[in-house]
Order: sequence, then C-alpha cells, then structure tokens
Amino acid sequence: MEAFTVQKGIVAPMDRANVDTDLIIPKQFLKSIKRTGFGPNLFDTLRYMDEGQPGMDNSNRPLNTDFPLNQKRYQGASILLARENFGCGSSREHAPWALLDYGIRVIIAPSFADIFFNNCFKNGMLPIVQPGEVVAALFAEMYAAPGYTLEIDLESEQIKKPSGEILSFQVDPFRKHCLLNGLDDIGLTLEKKDAIFAYEAERRKITPWLFS
Amino acid sequence: MAGKTLYDKLWEAHLVEERPDGTSLIYIDRHLLHEVTSPQAFEGLRLQGRKPWKPKANLATPDHNVPTLLAERSSGIEGIKDPISRLQVQTLNENCRLFDIREFGMGDERQGIVHVMGPEQGVTLPGMTIVCGDSHTSTHGALGALAQGIGTSEVEHVLATQCLLQKKMKNMLIKVEGELGPGVTAKDLILYIIGQIGTAGGTGYTIEFGGSTIRSLSMEGRMTICNMAIEAGARAGLVAVDEKTLAYVENKPFAPKGEMWEQAKAYWQQLVSDDDAEFDKVINIDATVIEPQVSWGTSPEMVTGVTGIVPDPEKAKTETQAEGITSALKYMGLKAGEKITDIKLDRVFIGSCTNSRIEDLRAAAEVVKGHKVAATIKQAMVVPGSGLVKKQAEQEGLDTVFKEAGFEWREPGCSMCLAMNDDKLGKGEHCASTSNRNFEGRQGFGGRTHLVSPLMAACAAIAGHFVDIRTWEGEK
Repeated sequence: MEAFTVQKGIVAPMDRANVDTDLIIPKQFLKSIKRTGFGPNLFDTLRYMDEGQPGMDNSNRPLNTDFPLNQKRYQGASILLARENFGCGSSREHAPWALLDYGIRVIIAPSFADIFFNNCFKNGMLPIVQPGEVVAALFAEMYAAPGYTLEIDLESEQIKKPSGEILSFQVDPFRKHCLLNGLDDIGLTLEKKDAIFAYEAERRKITPWLFS
Repeated sequence: MAGKTLYDKLWEAHLVEERPDGTSLIYIDRHLLHEVTSPQAFEGLRLQGRKPWKPKANLATPDHNVPTLLAERSSGIEGIKDPISRLQVQTLNENCRLFDIREFGMGDERQGIVHVMGPEQGVTLPGMTIVCGDSHTSTHGALGALAQGIGTSEVEHVLATQCLLQKKMKNMLIKVEGELGPGVTAKDLILYIIGQIGTAGGTGYTIEFGGSTIRSLSMEGRMTICNMAIEAGARAGLVAVDEKTLAYVENKPFAPKGEMWEQAKAYWQQLVSDDDAEFDKVINIDATVIEPQVSWGTSPEMVTGVTGIVPDPEKAKTETQAEGITSALKYMGLKAGEKITDIKLDRVFIGSCTNSRIEDLRAAAEVVKGHKVAATIKQAMVVPGSGLVKKQAEQEGLDTVFKEAGFEWREPGCSMCLAMNDDKLGKGEHCASTSNRNFEGRQGFGGRTHLVSPLMAACAAIAGHFVDIRTWEGEK
C-alpha cells in the first residue's frame, strides 16, 4: 500500500447525499478479477450518456457534460467533496478502487457508510469527516473558485485552505500509523500469531464444535 | 454494573487483542466466499506467498454471476455464455481447489445465494462471528451470530489471519411490539423501520432487533429483518437466541450432533441481552400500525404504506431531503401525489437473499394460485435462493403453481437483485421486487425498482400494478 503523508490537489464535487456504491461503480464492472482499471468507469451512469460495459472503449462514449468530472476545471482532481452517508450500500471494495484508480485519494464528507469508510483505509485513501456546515462552506468556496485546491496533511491532521485557513480533522491512531507508513495490516496481524493461537486454544475448550 | 447486550457478549467472546485506541483483533469463526469479491483477495495471498489460516473455516459458493436459465446452467461453468462472468466463476473454483477451501459449485444442489446457503446448511451457527465479502452478511445475525459484510482487503486479511481488525460498534435496540396485521410481513416491518430511521440511522451501531413481534417471527422472517440492517446503515443486525433458533439449527448438516449438540445448546442459550443491559440507543416500533410497504424512490428509506401516495418534495423537512425526493422522482418517472396503487409494473422479481427462502415462495404461491400474471407484465420470475429451496418447492408443487400462473421458474442465484447476469430491467421499466436495494441502475441501466414483500410482489404480478394485499380479492 502506498504511504499517505500530504496530498495537495484539485477538489471536485459529488454534490448529492446518500451516494451508494452502485453509483460509484456499477455492478457490470465487478466481473473483473483485478483490483485496477476501474477509474474510467467511476460514476459510470452519471459520467456517460450510454450504458457502460466492461471492455468498452470509454474514449468514444458520449459524455454527460453536466457532470463535474467531465468539466475542465475539475480535471486532475485528487480530492472529492461529498455529502452525507457517502458510500452506502454494497461492501464492494471496487468502489474505493475506482476512486483511487481515477486519482482520488481524499474524500471529505459529513458522514460515511461504515464498510466504505473502512475499505478506503485499506487502499491508502483518506476519508475525512467534517461537520455539515464546514462541508457546505467548502462546497461554496470550491464552486466560487475554479481550480480550487486543498492541502491535506495527515501527520498534523490538518486541511489547509487556499486562504491559509486551517481545519482540523481526526483519524484513529492505528489507521493513521498504517497510512503514514504504507503498512500492510495482514503483516502486522501475523506478528500477533501467538495471541491468535492462544485464543484458539482457549476457545477450543469452550466451543469445541467450532474446531472439530 | 449494567448487564451485557448480546453484541457485547459476542464481541468479548471473540476478542483476541485490543490496542490502546480501541482497534481490536476479532477472531472469525466462519468465512463465506463468493466469486465477485474474492479473486483479488486470493491473488493477494498468492503474491505474498500466504496460505489460509484455517481452511475449514471457509466455505464458498458462486451466486452473483451465475445464470438462472436451466439451459445455460446445465452444462456447468463451461456453459456460462458471458466470458467475463465465466472467468470469475472459474477463478473461484480454481482458488478453492488451490487453497483447499470447500466449495458448493454450480452443479451442487447446495449451491445458492451465500446468505441462504449458510443457515440452511448449519454452516451458520449461533454465537459465531461470520464474515463475507458481501454487505448482506448481516442476514446471519438472525441466528444470534455476529455477522457482517467486509471488503476484499478484509477478505484477504481473514483468509490469512482468521481475524478481523475493527473497533467495537455502539449498541442499538430496535424493540418491536404488537402483532403484525394480516398480509403484513417481516419485509414490510424492516422497510417500515428503515423508512423511520433512514439509511444512515444505524451507522456505527450493531442493531439488535427485539420485542414480542420479533420473537413471534419465523427464522426466515428474522433473516429478512437482519438482511436489511445494512440498508439502515448497520453492518450487523442481531436477534437473540430462543427455542425457534435452536429448533431451526438442530439436525442441519453442519450443526454439531449428539453430545456436542447438547454442549452447544447450553452455550447458545446464554446468547441473549441481559435484562439490565444498557443500549446506546433504543427505538420503539409499534407493529400494529404497519401497512404493507412499497418503496417509491431510489433509496430504501424512500418507502410508504400501500395506501399512501408519492411524496411531494415541497413538503420535505430539509433541503437535502427535498433534493433527494426531486431527483428520485425524476429517475423513477413518478409524480408527487400519485397513488402507490396507480404505479403500473413491467416486471416482477421474487428472489434475493432477502426473500427467496421456502417460506417466501410458499407465501407468494398461495397468492398466485389459480390466477394469471397480468398481460401487461413483460416478465414475472421466481428465483429460489438455493438448489435445496428449489428442490423443496418443487416437492411441494410450488413450481407448478408459479408456472401455471405465467411466472418463470429459475435456477438459484442472486439474479435480478443486482443484475450481474442476464436477469435485468430495461430502461424505464418498473419492477416489483422482493430484493433489498432500489438504487439507481441496481436492477439494470435505467431500471426502476420498487421494494416489496413476496405477497405484495405476487399480487402485483396478477394485477399489473400495486394492490393492497389486505383487501385484494384476486382477478381471475
């Protein structure tokens, strides 16, 4: 996993509440057995006017020019600004994979669905929760200033605005540690294998039917 | 000191280690796998040279991608027409062989939707921690197991370590009292609850469903309730163990037998919240006021009683809600004030991990018997949840009832719930569906889903539009 330290980049909007993972990456693309290549189909039904299928040449598809990610001012965005309950629905990790493959590493929203939130951290991405009014203000500032950028500093847990104003956010210490160092949490858990063996030995006595 | 909730007990029994910030290692007893969310996890194991920690804790079955037409099914994996789907099912098959994991493959009568297969086989047992790379894993909580959906990185983590890294959730109790009216089912109850608390109402919580109404539900009904806990934002739903749970589990193929059964039973009987347990949040629901429910929008919380009307965005409480309603009505092609019973349907789907168990099929068949699917309905299909559900239904003659009425009787799988295979809605088509999600495009590009119970789907198929099952007299 790629380490996350500081991310400075263009901010793009996903201006609706309850964005579900079906909307982030429609199911037909879940047939892939790879982790990469989902970026061109991120928000597929919103980005294109036709129905996307795996293997299609996306460069020839008709674009929905009203959709922000198709607009020039948001090209190259690495930070997504979103509304309440972002990432609800299915547990598909293809949703963060699609965002990451597109180039998004940070998502700022008032709230996230649990599984999506968790999946982000496993892929070196940082979902940031900010109060609703702060997110609303960010949306307003972003719309008012083409090329609007933010700088996210994980170590100091700060969002730096172009004006110099600073917002703070919080991340679980363990998740922060893994992100900053790009750590593979399977490797970390396997360092605890004695504790797992000890647990199994104990449980075998209490619930033997689970070990027979 | 306050007593413990069922969730507290399950959590403590599986806690391997807790870090100072609360991040914990939780031991996983059962891991279910399917073809869509596992290939990248197995690939990860291969790249790192890792092996499954406890192969026997895993069980796999293909469900999302499998065709449901007998003609396409009969020649096994090789017969799957879509090459990308075929490769994914093949990959699961090969991974299971390579990593020594048991699989109920496409030709096995035990194959089915992973959340139907698990309880049916006794692979799901009370007191277990259960995970699967699928959000509807919450279903298994109906048996008093801590069951939750996980992402693919976590699938790999569980395969390699038999543990999950997570923080403890908060405790919520949804207490339902009173008798459900005739024609009102577990599906209507959970849709009503989601309508009340919203799709983020349970975010950060494990929800225990309790109260006399839940106690009186069958195990199948409880599974329907827990299945949709995720639609209320909760990763896990729970129902305490009682006599019904034990009677359901007894003699299931993978359930403990003999002396071990007695020992397990004694342990499982403690799997209830203590009387003095404290919940972070308690929500009381009166079951007697609930009508059969129909979703009108593009989120499961956009639901109303069958006697209701499509809401008006101008009357919404907040601006966000008003925007949500406006955008949903546009997608759904509905007008504010339209009567639910005036919504005309194009297709009907009875199936999915929410409602494809034998009880669901029996209920729908009872309604359908002696009637014909309306001429205006392009397709009405019944997709049993597993090969064994299908077999049981055929032994009871339910397939004949459905077929005589004009329904298609299909092979088991997820089918039109998420439309990864050929079973899908066309653009603009309205579908009465017993599944769990009415998101935009969920059942097909531009398709319009209305979530309902099997009873409501069955009578809608006959009438061609929604009707109130409580007053419906049938149209021969």
